[in-house]
Amino acid sequence: MSIQLALFYFFAAVAVGSALAMVLNLRNTVASAMSLVITMVSLAAVYVLMDAFLVGALQIMVYGGAIVVLFVFVVMLLNLRQDDFPPPRQRFVKALGTLLVLFALGKLVAAVPGALPEAVARLPEGFGGYRDVGTALFTRFLLPFEATSLLLLAALVGAVVLAKRRLD
Amino acid sequence: MDLVVDLSVVLFAIGVVGALVRRNVIVILMSVELMLNAVNLAFVAFSRMHGNNDGHVFVLIVITVAAAEVAVGLGIVISLFRNRDTVNVDDVSLLKW
Repeated sequence: MSIQLALFYFFAAVAVGSALAMVLNLRNTVASAMSLVITMVSLAAVYVLMDAFLVGALQIMVYGGAIVVLFVFVVMLLNLRQDDFPPPRQRFVKALGTLLVLFALGKLVAAVPGALPEAVARLPEGFGGYRDVGTALFTRFLLPFEATSLLLLAALVGAVVLAKRRLD
Repeated sequence: MDLVVDLSVVLFAIGVVGALVRRNVIVILMSVELMLNAVNLAFVAFSRMHGNNDGHVFVLIVITVAAAEVAVGLGIVISLFRNRDTVNVDDVSLLKW
């Protein structure tokens, strides 16, 4: 087993484990947010193993740095109580839905082997670096990039308005 | 490469289950983030598979959308908590038939 494969198994296990911990932790929302950080960081490691260096760095900066901090900040601001499992009448439907999702998951995982093309043997020079990705972003994908800036502006205005006014 | 796509599928399923099962709005938002990350992972894997950078550009745009979504979503959560004193989605059924 190559070192890359071993590292991938390690980080994949960490990512799945902490994602499960995030979903299953009923007591403490801050602990859920911390599990989310672990998932994000191990996913960044997987990105680097996939030669996506810029994306890995941005993953840590944006998710680990900004988004999760926002989550933790809101959780602490609201000072939440613990939340419970849904009441029994909904529990059956939830269990059914979860089983359905797990069934679909099993089908998808079973369909993956052999369905994907082989990876290219030689990557182009500078693959995944800031120069290549940046050039693509500012030339061929200029229109989506500008649309994203509009979206960010809208989100900024929306967040300010929401935080300022009462709903009713 | 199969393994990476498998990991992406598993993480997406965990996110779906989390968004369906949990009652806490904040945890639901976190599960949505997890699903977006699973999709990003699939983008990166396919990008590596084809030796083409385009997937990375899409990942950058998805990260931006996720950040915007969290900012607005948590703004709504704070506003909700101020008005109703709850973050449980079952207590907020005004628009539910």
